[in-house]
Amino acid sequence: MKVTVYVRRRPEIADPQGTAVSRALADLGYGQAKVRINKEIVLEMPDASRDEVEAKVTEMCEVLLANPVMDDFEIRIDG
Amino acid sequence: MWSMSKTETPLYEQLGMTHEEYQRLLEILDREPSHAELAMYSVMWSEHCSYKSSKKHLGRFPTEAPFVVVGPGENAGVIDIGDGWLAAIRIESHNHPSYVEPFEGAATGVGGILRDVFTMGARPVGLWNQIRFGPLDDAYNRYLLSGVVSGIAGYGNAVGVPTLGGELAFEECYSGNPLVNVMCLGILKREQLVLGTAGTPGTMAVLLGNATGRDGIGGASVLASASFDEESTTKRPSVQAGDPFEEKKLIEACLELYQKDLVVGVQDLGAAGLSCAFSEPAGRAGVGLDVDLDSVHVREPDMTPAELLMSESQERMMAFVHPSKVDEVIAIAHKWEIDASVVGEVKEGGTLTIRHEGEIVAEVSAASLSDDAPLYDRTSGEPAWIEDIWTNTMSLLQPPNLSEALLMLLDDPSLADPRWVYQQYDHQLFLSTVVEPGHDASMLRIKGTQKGLSVSTDGNGRHCYLDPRRGGARLVYESALNVAMTGAKPMAVVDNLNFGNPEKSDVMWQFIETVEGISQACEELGTAVVGGNVSFYNETDGQDIYPTPIVGMLGLADPMPERPPRLDGAAEGMELLMVGPRRSRNLAGSAFEKVMYSHVGGRPDDPDPVMARAVIGMAIELASSGLAPAMHDISEGGAALCAAELAIASSVGLTLQFTKWEGLFAENPNRFLAAVAPEDVAAVEALAVKYRVPVSQLGLFGGDHITYTNGGPETASLSLERATHTYEKAIPRRME
Amino acid sequence: MKTAVVVFPGTNCEHDVMWALKVLGAEAELVWHRETDLSEFDGVILPGGFAHGDHLRTGAIARFSPVMDEVIRMAKEGKPVLGICNGFQILCEAGLLPGALLQNRDLKFICKPIHVAITATDSILTRAAEVGQILSIPLNSYEGNYQAQEDVSDRVVAVYCDENGLVDESTNPNGSQGNAAAVSNATGNVAGIMPHPERAIEAILGSSDGQILLKSFQESLGVVHV
Repeated sequence: MKVTVYVRRRPEIADPQGTAVSRALADLGYGQAKVRINKEIVLEMPDASRDEVEAKVTEMCEVLLANPVMDDFEIRIDG
Repeated sequence: MWSMSKTETPLYEQLGMTHEEYQRLLEILDREPSHAELAMYSVMWSEHCSYKSSKKHLGRFPTEAPFVVVGPGENAGVIDIGDGWLAAIRIESHNHPSYVEPFEGAATGVGGILRDVFTMGARPVGLWNQIRFGPLDDAYNRYLLSGVVSGIAGYGNAVGVPTLGGELAFEECYSGNPLVNVMCLGILKREQLVLGTAGTPGTMAVLLGNATGRDGIGGASVLASASFDEESTTKRPSVQAGDPFEEKKLIEACLELYQKDLVVGVQDLGAAGLSCAFSEPAGRAGVGLDVDLDSVHVREPDMTPAELLMSESQERMMAFVHPSKVDEVIAIAHKWEIDASVVGEVKEGGTLTIRHEGEIVAEVSAASLSDDAPLYDRTSGEPAWIEDIWTNTMSLLQPPNLSEALLMLLDDPSLADPRWVYQQYDHQLFLSTVVEPGHDASMLRIKGTQKGLSVSTDGNGRHCYLDPRRGGARLVYESALNVAMTGAKPMAVVDNLNFGNPEKSDVMWQFIETVEGISQACEELGTAVVGGNVSFYNETDGQDIYPTPIVGMLGLADPMPERPPRLDGAAEGMELLMVGPRRSRNLAGSAFEKVMYSHVGGRPDDPDPVMARAVIGMAIELASSGLAPAMHDISEGGAALCAAELAIASSVGLTLQFTKWEGLFAENPNRFLAAVAPEDVAAVEALAVKYRVPVSQLGLFGGDHITYTNGGPETASLSLERATHTYEKAIPRRME
Repeated sequence: MKTAVVVFPGTNCEHDVMWALKVLGAEAELVWHRETDLSEFDGVILPGGFAHGDHLRTGAIARFSPVMDEVIRMAKEGKPVLGICNGFQILCEAGLLPGALLQNRDLKFICKPIHVAITATDSILTRAAEVGQILSIPLNSYEGNYQAQEDVSDRVVAVYCDENGLVDESTNPNGSQGNAAAVSNATGNVAGIMPHPERAIEAILGSSDGQILLKSFQESLGVVHV
């Protein structure tokens, strides 16, 4: 079962990468655009019920994939 | 608007103020504070910013000397190193954030300490860090070590300031309370010195650097939200994301402003953000300030005044600029691609008036925010348990297996090769590193002069736990001797005092004793304390850390020795000499007792200041003479470990004679080892006579074994290969 | 003969490169990344550091800086163009050198002295050296792992080795393909090197082996390579 996890810096925390890219885009003539850069983690999980998979991946996020002090996370299950 | 039911905690308490402190504020203002005012007072009166539990005692430190240009009280201490050159130095802690988020906690610590130094007009030229964790067999401690080192590397390397040294130690008491201290050195010509002053009426306040956001306040700002769930964000320690790239641009922009003499004063934005950057410079200058919060360049829309004043967004500086120079300052900022906004104007009187959307949201005395901070005289008392500790000495029925002891010391992560750590740091940038990390002190040259600046940082929680006064004093002597190993004369001290909960009288006793010990030693050596930092509340579940003062020592060699001694300077055929008192047998607090028997007890000896001065004096002259290609002071692990380190670094074996095995592991201060060619031994002995210090011939370098023998059955013998392998692999094998 | 040393926001080795060139008696000037006219220069060096914070990908933003049009022109005209560390990364992103620099194999920043062996002397970086010569110069990088999709065997001019010249996995500090430490373009006038020759110019700092590489660059000025 394919699961996609999006790990995003919490909105009140600075994103230096996003700021630098935003500046570069403006310099290249694309105008002003606010940019935030996040992570997309794709997991191939062994088949199980949606609930089981969601619970497991949630735990994975809390323990390893995201840092709750800095990040929010969102889980999308395929199919 | 704000409403409180009887079950909700008062706003001031959520902001970290006690009831008594709030009452004090009411008396000072003679009215209720506005939200913005409460926000400012709550951050300025926090322990971290106000030093309310420690200030009373910090006055003990000797802070004056002919070479001190700026003592404690400004953003960094500054000393005169001759010929129009000054050196700025500062130390800080970032302990609690690093426990929660090690990478960013450590990274932002580096960012902060850099700003403290370049705000004085100096270019930062070196960073040091002193990090302590619980034992590495715990996965979380490994995660912390890894994260903190990556964070320091990630920030320091990217911002372009070399990391030149530091300290690494592991003790059970730091599990749950890692210590992350950072130190920075900058150099400047005298005419570039800038202080944190707002100047005279008419001066404009210009905010430079990153846009201000909600960093450090939490997702749901305390003052914007009216509802609180159980997991109140105010209970979550705040961590920010550091941006070394922005800081690099900020450093270059500021240095250009100083070089062109465009600023009257500069203040960096640290823990108390704008609250501090507005009030402290105005307070110092005895002036007032009109502030327009709408002018602050922001990253998030709709920030309230309190949020703006409490924000801990990183990489920001406040410049105070004559109105005729403002355009030029902004042009330079834009050239370096950083933002700038004119946010205030200095005025007569002493009032800080802050406006937002046309309304006055705060109006207080600028000086009051720092000057009226509470000053606590917390109770302290010699703990009942200290006498028991002093009598808790260990005695063995028979001598230990010396080979095994040496091997265990070499394998201990607190003592082993820290290359795993420091090779993650750029230590060469600026082409000035003459003695790199891995030796007793690091030495930087100042191009265009003959001067060498030498820095050592030292701490020892065990010794300070067993006797805070003696432990504190010994650290000063140790770091002074470390800089002497490179031929430098010790001059200035910064201290980072890491302690447990100051509301406990035991901890306050430890604190006061430590301050006394450090002060006495500084007075004996003529070194001045030019700055420092205090970190309290390093406790978890009622368990305090060992009192862990860090002493950072700055020394000057002018001229620099042509070839400063190094640990790897020994060679086949050289003699191993020990300079300093013989018959050191006291094992209290030694790494030997801890590593072999998990024992910490007894009382370390009182250091001898007369001997200290003599040994340091001799070390400086010996290091400058070229007679000793390798020198190494004896500290943790005793002569046994330190001699082995010389052998390992120099890739040559060693045979050492001892009389009593305890002497191999004792950690008494004021002693060092030197490798000297046979034909030069007489000259070294003559030098020892001149300084009236004992010198002993301990052994000979050569062969492929490290052997310690007293001619009897107590012998340590390890192959150089095995010793080297153990020493070099101790940390990597636990981390990979 | 004059060399341009380009400074991007975030570059930090420019003063060290200038110092090294000064020690070698070469004339050079710092040039800000917004400069659009390098006609007065005979060669250009892109120094190490973190241009544009290394954001997005290292060198990804820098390659679009205004000055790069001139750098590309000089490369096409056969003038010497040298990228050191971050400079090497930028030249790869700009397509002036093959391949890319990825994260070090062990995922940690590395700052330590290493050895390289010269494998080709037909480049502006190595013309004054000899094939097989072993040099001790410092490595200082997080993304020093050189990888290329195409065949670059004839473009590699120096490889990581030990002090005896052994080239294998054990002497490869960062996982670079074939232990590649420095590569050049087909005409030899554009070169990139990961370790820092400017940090090995004075014996007091550890090694002066870097001199021969910067001298090679010096000697290439005024000589057109096509």
